[in-house]
Amino acid sequence: MEYLPNILFAIALVLGIGFFARNVKKLSRNIKLGKDVDVSDNKSQRWKNMVRIALGQTKMVVRPIAGIMHIIVYVGFIIINIEMLEIILDGLLGTHRLFAPLGSAYNFLIGSFEVLALLVIVAVVIFWIRRNIIRIQRFVKPEMKGWPKKDGNMILYIELVLMTLFLTMNAADFQLQQLGADHYVKAGSFPVSQFIVPLMEGLSESSLIMVERTAWWIHILGILAFLNYLYYSKHLHILLAFPNTYYGKVKPQGQFNNLASVTKEVKLMMDPSADPFAAPAEDDSAEPEKFGASDVMDLNWVQLLNAYTCTECGRCTSECPANQTGKKLSPRKIMMDTRDRLEEVGKNMDANKGEFVLDGKQLLGDYISHEELWACTTCNACVEACPVSIDPLSIIVEMRRYLVMEQSAAPTELNNMMSNIENNGAPWPYNQMDRLNWVNE
Amino acid sequence: MSEQLKVKTMQEFMAEGKQPEILFWVGSAGSYDDRAKKITRAFVKLLNKAEVDFAVLGTEESSTGDVAKRAGNEFLFQMQAMMNIELLNGYEVKRIVTCDPHSYNTIKNEYPDLDGKYNVVHHTEYLKELIDNGRLSITGEGYKGKRITFHDPCYLGRANSVFDAPREVLAKTNADLVEMKRHKKTALCCGAGGAQMFKEPEKGDMDINVMRTQDALETNPNIIATGCPYCNTMMTDGIKAHEKEGSVTVMDVAELLANSQGL
Repeated sequence: MEYLPNILFAIALVLGIGFFARNVKKLSRNIKLGKDVDVSDNKSQRWKNMVRIALGQTKMVVRPIAGIMHIIVYVGFIIINIEMLEIILDGLLGTHRLFAPLGSAYNFLIGSFEVLALLVIVAVVIFWIRRNIIRIQRFVKPEMKGWPKKDGNMILYIELVLMTLFLTMNAADFQLQQLGADHYVKAGSFPVSQFIVPLMEGLSESSLIMVERTAWWIHILGILAFLNYLYYSKHLHILLAFPNTYYGKVKPQGQFNNLASVTKEVKLMMDPSADPFAAPAEDDSAEPEKFGASDVMDLNWVQLLNAYTCTECGRCTSECPANQTGKKLSPRKIMMDTRDRLEEVGKNMDANKGEFVLDGKQLLGDYISHEELWACTTCNACVEACPVSIDPLSIIVEMRRYLVMEQSAAPTELNNMMSNIENNGAPWPYNQMDRLNWVNE
Repeated sequence: MSEQLKVKTMQEFMAEGKQPEILFWVGSAGSYDDRAKKITRAFVKLLNKAEVDFAVLGTEESSTGDVAKRAGNEFLFQMQAMMNIELLNGYEVKRIVTCDPHSYNTIKNEYPDLDGKYNVVHHTEYLKELIDNGRLSITGEGYKGKRITFHDPCYLGRANSVFDAPREVLAKTNADLVEMKRHKKTALCCGAGGAQMFKEPEKGDMDINVMRTQDALETNPNIIATGCPYCNTMMTDGIKAHEKEGSVTVMDVAELLANSQGL
């Protein structure tokens, strides 16, 4: 019986981490459904981007209020996690405040965790007010209805509860230390939780232990649950922001990729020595490559990673000229749709022994409409705005390519423009022989 | 009406067995659009004044394919690109200047992959270079006392991080430069990019160019400067929508510089 708590703790830990590992595996499988893309270039630039953008949060502070609040929560999250190490070891070994012998350093650490916990609570409350009372526009766009809104609030509640539990646990501990309770070594400093202590005045030693243990257990179980909530939430960005900023675009924003499959065909077409009646080469027996994207499997894996990384902050959408002028396009929705469809494909595979069985649906049409795609001005404002290097524009272009090259489904005016280019080398129906007329006008 | 411009084609250079310093890529808008042709002419006047030995492709030039690519027609883009590259490489072109940020972006960033490797500069960058080198001397009061606000073309600014050259050239006209609230990296698009120039906008509650012109009008300018023929069209239409065509004009950086020198 003596070791029951240790055993229960170990089981909870294994279950928590085990489930998380299973979700990571699923996540990685889904991302790998995307096409291969070469990201082996510019290694040092990529590392710099990750350090600057993800670790250094440089793009967050472009909007100073949200940026500073976010840094508080982010730093709080990372630093308070040092405490997790002690909590896990205590839980497994049945010790209490294992690191107490560190003395004044320990006091400093616990003290700073408490200050950070308080700051996190303040930031989380402000975040909640921004979402629910002030209702900042980008948080109440159509794509935020339902689960995304709940998810955003849920994360704030969980963080609030975890921080409160942490401080409650410390307050009870502090009181127990002062009462000289057995097992509760005098260690740590409690600059914040000392103010909770008066609420516990008059509680017996056993009640205090009850409070301390309950808070301790719910705190650690809560963290394990939160870890497993990530996969189902926009909060996945706390992990994926790092790889995503590493794999993000390192070329000028205006540079769109050239489709290699098209290059091959165009070269063949333009080669005067090519024999139009030649038998197809042996490797041409493969299915002809599909141009552009109509579903998530046609996108590359970095684009799919982008989708899982999106935390739905909506900075892209609030900078998008089409969205600002009332068009349907929202770059955030493009990312959310991509993730939702990818999840649907993943679940389909789970239900069919790892094989995707056609479900009569696709990203184009069932999630993203033609109208959204054609509203884009390719201005790169969304790409510039994203604090974690997501590129919604590349997905929009990839889907336009499918519409035009596979379906000939461009708006009529664009078809006219393109036939003008084909016929006379300009988007307007003017004679190429008149190109130099401006000299004498 | 206008005085004769000195313009030679690549073919003429070839016939003389010479190479120009730089190739001026006029672009489709600069060749055919009545408003954009004025920008082309203004830029050539400056090139003539600086005695730059430049060439144009003339009737051999064809669409870069940029707009086809943004519309999703990668086939048409690559066909145009490869035809142009064949021509440019045949003439052994090394350096290209253009007044169109879309041509600039495409030739600079998307042609190299297809064997078209050139040093590409935007005309505002080239004008700055000519001024800095002392080849183009700027004199006079210019636009002293006039308020000018510069609208960053997406494909010059955000897409290629060219923010300073157009502003530095504008500063040479002695105008008072005023910035819009959203400028440089956060500049709002004029609404023409991504092939929007060639189609009606999707349903919404406002046109993008009207919103962007509003941004510009808030700076209370005499002149809105741009560095892109498409932005020029969109902003000019925006001015009309705001019924300000009597008090505010839209001009290209090259036109402003040429006018300031009485060209």
